[in-house]
Amino acid sequence: MISLVTCKDFLAELGNYLDETVSPEVRRHLEEHLNECPNCWVVCDTTKKTIQIYRGYDPYPIPNDVHMRLMEAVQRKAASKP
Amino acid sequence: MIQRVGQTNGFDEAAVVTQAQNGNVDAFTELVNRYEGSIFRLARHITQNPQDAEDVLQETFLKAYEHLEDFQGNSKFYTWLVRIAVNQSLMKLRKRKSDASVSLDDPYDTGEENVTREIAVWEPNPEQTYSREEIRDILTKAVEGLPPTFRAVFALRDIEELSTEETAAILNLSVPAVKSRLLRARLRLREKLTRYFKRKGDDFFGYM
Repeated sequence: MISLVTCKDFLAELGNYLDETVSPEVRRHLEEHLNECPNCWVVCDTTKKTIQIYRGYDPYPIPNDVHMRLMEAVQRKAASKP
Repeated sequence: MIQRVGQTNGFDEAAVVTQAQNGNVDAFTELVNRYEGSIFRLARHITQNPQDAEDVLQETFLKAYEHLEDFQGNSKFYTWLVRIAVNQSLMKLRKRKSDASVSLDDPYDTGEENVTREIAVWEPNPEQTYSREEIRDILTKAVEGLPPTFRAVFALRDIEELSTEETAAILNLSVPAVKSRLLRARLRLREKLTRYFKRKGDDFFGYM
């Protein structure tokens, strides 16, 4: 990668950047771009927050009745297994 | 920080699986207790339907119980379960949408989608504006709008925290395909959430 990172380049590498799978050199170029480009900074920051909020607020906790029915189904299965 | 399942608190997954394979029902129940939350969440993410998710949950563990001896220990037991759950979830989707094909290999892979329109800083603390229930509702609605393949990749990588390689193997996708779907899923979700969580009076638009 050349040192002049465009917004398009940045976006193309955003996934790898967030997953920390870029080389130190690429990382440095991307971070230089982040320091200069408020738009990319915002996109990067809010994408990180998107992942964090999904991890922090499990939108689908398992309801207790679903858990109970699963346990019953497993017990029935175990009882029927030869 | 969410801990990776399968390697937490000295839980010896392999030993419990071997006990279960030798017919110890309590050992199998321990595995159910450990992984039911993840499997249910994953099925909910992919199917977007509570009844289908419950069916997938039961089918996954019952199939696992039935085929326990087939599990060789080459992968983690959890990954094996996830693979069953993903297949069952996709079957539910296909059943529900018998007219529209549900494929992980969707055709609109143009690469032109990495467009960001909403560029705005978020409120530091969304809890000040929305209740927990409202936030959950916003998150749910945003995921619902994604194509199934994006939902599956996002759920496996960002929610269940499987590696790119594990996700690729489970979904029969290439590593680059997983990466591109994940990025587009993240950007689409970011876009939707920004409409709710952006700082008020901070409405400048980008041009990327």
